[in-house]
Amino acid sequence: MSSLDAPKQAPRQSLWSKHKIFETNSIILVIGVLIVISIGGLIEIAPLFYLRNTIEKVEGMRPYTPLELAGRAIYVREGCYNCHSQMIRPLRDEIERYGHYSLAAESMYDKPFQWGSKRTGPDLARVGGKYSDEWQLAHLNRPRDLVPQSIMPGYPFLAKTELNYNDIANHLRANRASGVPYTDEMIEDAKRDLEAQATPDHPRAAELEKRYPKAQIRDFDGDGQKISEADALIAYLQVLGTLVDFKLYDDKANIR
Amino acid sequence: MAEQDKHAPQFDAATGQSTTGHEWDGIQELNTPLPRWWLGIFYATIIWSIGYWVVYPAWPLLTDATKGVIGYASRIDIAQDMALLKQERAAQSKALTEASFEQIKADPELFRIAMAQGKAAFGDNCAACHGVGGGGAKGYPNLNDDDWLWGGSFAEIQKTLEHGIRFAGDPDTRVSQMPAFGRDKMLDAAQIRAVANHVRSIAGLSTEPKADLAGGAKVYADNCAACHGDQGKGNREMGAPDLTDAISLYGMDMASLTETIANSRNGVMPAWRQRLDATTIKALTVYVHSLGGGQ
Repeated sequence: MSSLDAPKQAPRQSLWSKHKIFETNSIILVIGVLIVISIGGLIEIAPLFYLRNTIEKVEGMRPYTPLELAGRAIYVREGCYNCHSQMIRPLRDEIERYGHYSLAAESMYDKPFQWGSKRTGPDLARVGGKYSDEWQLAHLNRPRDLVPQSIMPGYPFLAKTELNYNDIANHLRANRASGVPYTDEMIEDAKRDLEAQATPDHPRAAELEKRYPKAQIRDFDGDGQKISEADALIAYLQVLGTLVDFKLYDDKANIR
Repeated sequence: MAEQDKHAPQFDAATGQSTTGHEWDGIQELNTPLPRWWLGIFYATIIWSIGYWVVYPAWPLLTDATKGVIGYASRIDIAQDMALLKQERAAQSKALTEASFEQIKADPELFRIAMAQGKAAFGDNCAACHGVGGGGAKGYPNLNDDDWLWGGSFAEIQKTLEHGIRFAGDPDTRVSQMPAFGRDKMLDAAQIRAVANHVRSIAGLSTEPKADLAGGAKVYADNCAACHGDQGKGNREMGAPDLTDAISLYGMDMASLTETIANSRNGVMPAWRQRLDATTIKALTVYVHSLGGGQ
């Protein structure tokens, strides 16, 4: 019995047949599409900004120092996120390998976040302090010197390239515009703060540490002659996942 | 005759199928219904979603979202998962925590557990520097040999693992600093060359034809012997390596030696106390101790 032989029913006529106005008028169609998508957005996205259980204030988070922020820009520029994620999911085997699962608050000053969706390389959310600066530098230069089976490309030019940080204050300003609480002084001193962090025993060290608690101050690439892009990138890598003290963090406090 | 109702059903002559009434350039659109099986699944998913709203957290309210009747939260889930894991491992981990290193070594079952756990942790955390089999790399000690910078006993390995070496984030880290004799202008180029030759000679390696060995020995005695010892046997209190054996962290060729003496080497190992629990560090200690020359 094919449907061809079946008696045909006429389509029901109702309010729905008024769709002709959308189908024959593209502007009205676009407006209609926008309204429908906005309703979806309002229900699915907007509540995340005010629901108590989607917002968590966590002790220890602070904005990136200027040097870390410059390193982060290099991380983004070189497309590190294409192969490295920065989010440890709440799964047993991930926690066993990488450490405590990532908290939303740990990305609160990332504009935009670097969670990523692909792990060709390992997750970097808690790579800070896991390896020495020398290791990071040697690994950036020639990954296979240290990890023979690695397929990561080398980035030897980072250590040779002087970091251009003349515009670092503007980076802070742009971050502030999108909600990162940099103060006027932080922006004004951004360049000096950046230099201070890359220089061991710098006179401004104490001030920097007060402004950015847990800031690590040293010559990250071991080359005292200049502040290189490797300095910035390693400073960034070494702070990842180190700001929240999970000995103090209460896992159960935010289950609500 | 009354005006024709434009919404009256129209039929396609060729197929007999009703049309939508739309006509574009003389072609009418058939109003073929969706297959029943497809519609059936579609309606089933709608009904399923209603069940989902009730069972799982779903609808946003003023300050919270609906919680769902089974009270699911991914954090509760993972907490239970980890608790279960801890419980599964409890017996082993308790035995490992309570036993002394000597007891672990003597008990084949305990030793097997420690080695398995140690090997897994080594792969996750140590292999990046020391190599998958602990073979090391230039600047990263080979753990398979019996040459130790800071000591190869259980206690010394454990301390190194817990506090690291020259690690800025741990106040109890192992610290020593070889001076940069060239960079800081403590020795000139000729003196560095002479002492490099002297070091090669005490290691039993060939020296340069016109090497000033006597001068090198004097430079050594004045500058190096305090840490590396008169005979170049090293000092584990300071992580000063034995210069007389064939094992070297940064290379014993003239170029590497000159670089080491001129700019110094002060390798860093992170402290693992913050990152790994005590039992894992204990298992790692047993594993590393077993690799080659544990003492």
